[in-house]
Amino acid sequence: MSKGLQLSKLIVGDAQADRVVPPTGFTARLTLFAAGAMAFLTVFALALSLASGRLATRWGDELAQSSTLRISAPEEQMAAQTAAVLTVLESTPGIASARALSVDEQRSLLAPWFGPDLPLDSLPVPQLIEIVESEEGYDGAGLRLRLQAEVPGAVLDDHTRWRKPLERAAGRLRLLGWVSIGLIGAATAAMITLAANAALAANAQVISVLRLIGARDSYIARAFVRRFTLRALLGAAVGTALGALAVFLLPATQESGGFLTGLGFQGFGWALLGLIPVLAAVVAYVATGAAARRTLGELT
Amino acid sequence: MIELDNIAYSYGGGELLSEVSLKLAPGSFHFLTGPSGSGKTTFLKLCYGALSPTAGQVQLFGKDVREMDREDHAMTRRQIGVVHQDCQFLDHLSVRENVALPLTVSDRDSLEQHSNLKELLTWVGLGHRASALPPELSGGERQRAALARAVIMSPDVVLADEPTGNVDWEMSQRLLQLLVELNKMGKTILIATHDLNLIRSAKHHVQARVLRISGRKLQLAGADL
Repeated sequence: MSKGLQLSKLIVGDAQADRVVPPTGFTARLTLFAAGAMAFLTVFALALSLASGRLATRWGDELAQSSTLRISAPEEQMAAQTAAVLTVLESTPGIASARALSVDEQRSLLAPWFGPDLPLDSLPVPQLIEIVESEEGYDGAGLRLRLQAEVPGAVLDDHTRWRKPLERAAGRLRLLGWVSIGLIGAATAAMITLAANAALAANAQVISVLRLIGARDSYIARAFVRRFTLRALLGAAVGTALGALAVFLLPATQESGGFLTGLGFQGFGWALLGLIPVLAAVVAYVATGAAARRTLGELT
Repeated sequence: MIELDNIAYSYGGGELLSEVSLKLAPGSFHFLTGPSGSGKTTFLKLCYGALSPTAGQVQLFGKDVREMDREDHAMTRRQIGVVHQDCQFLDHLSVRENVALPLTVSDRDSLEQHSNLKELLTWVGLGHRASALPPELSGGERQRAALARAVIMSPDVVLADEPTGNVDWEMSQRLLQLLVELNKMGKTILIATHDLNLIRSAKHHVQARVLRISGRKLQLAGADL
């Protein structure tokens, strides 16, 4: 029998097996609460992971698509060097277009820093060239070597310097989120194992009677496994719903809001939330099954 | 079906049984007697595989007990009905559910079995107590419920450990009558008891053999009881 079929049989059927173990209100509520609380935390860890993942991608995309080339040269050589650079760029694979900025454009770029009345003509302002990459991108190191040889006054700034640490930070944050989810899952398994052990110990008498009348270990284990799996499923469903609601009610995201307000789910992310209760149920199923087998194996 | 071949059983302290051999033939009726602490319950446990002998060989339905795993033991217990001294019920389930428990755990809980269950409860005189919880039953009622549970799987063998231990004479006669009826239906019966009067009264109804544990050995008692 496949695991999935076994699981569905476990959930729908065999309420009769459930009856043979006396109900225990207190541990049941504790298990529900633990599963719920863990699911609630998982929602935030997941939100963190997805948000930092999006952030890393966005920063990467925005900064990677364009680069800037700066030419510092004496005024009389400027035009010649600009032309040389443009020739080099045109023959570099991976560059969609390259364009020298006009004097007006450069002025408007500098205006925020020096004011609109800057006498640009009388200052040795370097010439800027805007490069737009094609999708496959170009080889920055190779281009630098060529420029060094042909136009020593040109400096390429492909934003890698800025992008890499940002991407790395966002990646770490995402990793941290996934590690948290893993730890939450492990902690859930530990808690459910403890609860299941307590339930098995409390029902030692019931188990021995069931063994005496010919119940197989798998039957006895099923009675406990079903119980804890359903509790974890229900608790985690409630916890996930509350967590999702909390995330939903966070102040709305603003485009410029940066990281903190970007904490939320989009599209596929909401679907991932549905997996949390299922995973909690699987964790409970495995943990209780292992605990039951261990306890039953120790009996004579 | 149950064969003990020159077995011995010792607890940490010392030997309780030694050089015991017995072959329970189908359809036979045995009493097992002996003083308290002589090892009657231990002997029964050896017979249904709850204990393994420390020496010798026990075969249950042709299988060596030492080679049986937990799954085999579960299956064997469906073929041997046991009335335990302390009955061992699940106190949160009704008498009806307790008696039906062997069916429930072996997934044979069908509708047809339900009418059998009703019949069986009437047979042991508990038809009117079916919905009661075990702690609400009297000693005699508990023993009869335990007997009903022991036979509901229609086992080939019924082992009873002091089934008349804490019931009055009239009730013990009734229980004996039920066991005799089972024997007439072809079941093999083994009753452990220290009540010699019970054994004497049984002789009028059934051809029973009496086994006595004495000095760690199992002896076939004579007709001098």
